[in-house]
Amino acid sequence: MTAGDDDIEDLLRRLTPQVLAALVRHHGNPETAEDAVQEALLAAATHWPADGVPGNPAGWLIRVASRKLTDRLRSERAGRRREERIAERTPPDELLAPPADTGPRDADESLIMLLLCCHPSLSPSSQVALTLRAVGGLTTAEIARAFLVPETTMAQRLSRARRSIKAGGARFEMPPEDELPGRLQVVLHVLYLIFNEGYTATSGPDLHRPDLTGEAIRLTRVLHRALPGDGEITGLLALMLLIDARRAARTRPDGGLVPLAEQDRSRWNAESIREGVELISGSLARARLGPYQLQAAIAAVHSEAASAEHTDWPQILELYRLLEDVDDNPVVTLGKAVAVAMVQGPEDGLQMLERLDADDRLSRHHRLHAVRAHLLEMAGDLGAARSSYWLAARLTTSLPEHRYLEERLARLNGC
Amino acid sequence: MKYLLLIYSNPENWEHPLFLRDPRFLAMPEHEREELTRQAESMHRETTESGELIIAAALADPLATKTVTVRDGVPAATDGPFLETKEQLAGYMVVDCDTPERAAEIAASVPDARFAAVEVHPIMGTSGEEM
Repeated sequence: MTAGDDDIEDLLRRLTPQVLAALVRHHGNPETAEDAVQEALLAAATHWPADGVPGNPAGWLIRVASRKLTDRLRSERAGRRREERIAERTPPDELLAPPADTGPRDADESLIMLLLCCHPSLSPSSQVALTLRAVGGLTTAEIARAFLVPETTMAQRLSRARRSIKAGGARFEMPPEDELPGRLQVVLHVLYLIFNEGYTATSGPDLHRPDLTGEAIRLTRVLHRALPGDGEITGLLALMLLIDARRAARTRPDGGLVPLAEQDRSRWNAESIREGVELISGSLARARLGPYQLQAAIAAVHSEAASAEHTDWPQILELYRLLEDVDDNPVVTLGKAVAVAMVQGPEDGLQMLERLDADDRLSRHHRLHAVRAHLLEMAGDLGAARSSYWLAARLTTSLPEHRYLEERLARLNGC
Repeated sequence: MKYLLLIYSNPENWEHPLFLRDPRFLAMPEHEREELTRQAESMHRETTESGELIIAAALADPLATKTVTVRDGVPAATDGPFLETKEQLAGYMVVDCDTPERAAEIAASVPDARFAAVEVHPIMGTSGEEM
């Protein structure tokens, strides 16, 4: 069996959760197990390109990782007599995952690992880091690069997270039935955070950042495989695919942001849209409605319009009304105000925004002022639109957004 | 989200940590001084261990500061800081935290916040959402 370096890397990343899960399940200490798995991955990355990929790559990795684990424990003899005895009593073969019919079990193990990494006792940034490290198989250096922090800072974040999990007595097992929905909510939120972190207009120095949107989609697929009947997991996967489909059209070659209405739709990824629409259509027909499914449904309506002018705004408005019922928050109201403006006229949309001025979460947020500017521009009140673009540009902490808002402002000033 | 925390101080003599030399600190009862010092140390440890603290540094005496300007293509360096203020920039931290409230909490734990001020500046990010 021969394979290129990229194939091997893909394979290793796909196998990491399974190998790690096998070791953690057996040994119960995620930290030590993870180090051992990393060593095994390194060994594989060194040997496989030259010697070829072994017939049972997962078995190979688990065998090497458990040997490394045993070595490690042996060298920590003084302080760790008990663990060492357990590890030495265990024939390495017992650590091997069962062959052939491993499908559902792998999915379960990835699910448990995701639940563990997104343990509610951790802060969101720790959940994100640990998920990418332990389930995504990214190295600490890669995660640090993705979040533009030094590797030592990221290493601290990871080891703190592992310690918290251990101290909290979390175990490598499925949570009780009644806790599962709440725990899954956290996992979905973490995956969405990872997606959004990568959902970025990048160029130049950012080219070497790992592709976090791709990683988030991959992990959500893993989760979807484990629980295919869960509507919100399906909804999140569909939402990510539909948004990611616009990637090529979202930024200009110079890195500037292109708003949805002005994107060249021929550059949208038809395959991602097809898959996203199929997923969300199936889920809407079967599962109980939730916020991710409704957001995906809204994204699907945009995706299906041949041009911005052909967008089915009445349907989008209806979906926003449903979304407000299940998830009433000011950001949803902002989206709904745009839909109202498109269906009933900008004045009605602007009226909705007035309610948000009193909301502390939003009144100093650039999005409120950017949407207002857009609706004022639609209504022909260019003076007021200018002030709102100007305020929005000053409030955003994102360089590409700032640039976009300044461009809108310049366009109006040219009128 | 990353924040730059600028720590201002108004020291009588420039010896870090500057707050230990502040007359208002010295006027505090001993147990309060200990509490303040302990609080500052524990926040430093806490933010290091949590992976929130990216960098922290103390600055040299403003006497050593140079302000560089270029006018009509001609660079010039003058002694002293750009802004002539009673409070001087004494140090800085870069933190990466989940909420702006957390950044403010870290700023509040810097003892100099009691005697002068700590500014919290959000750092511009490179991610952006299409609108």
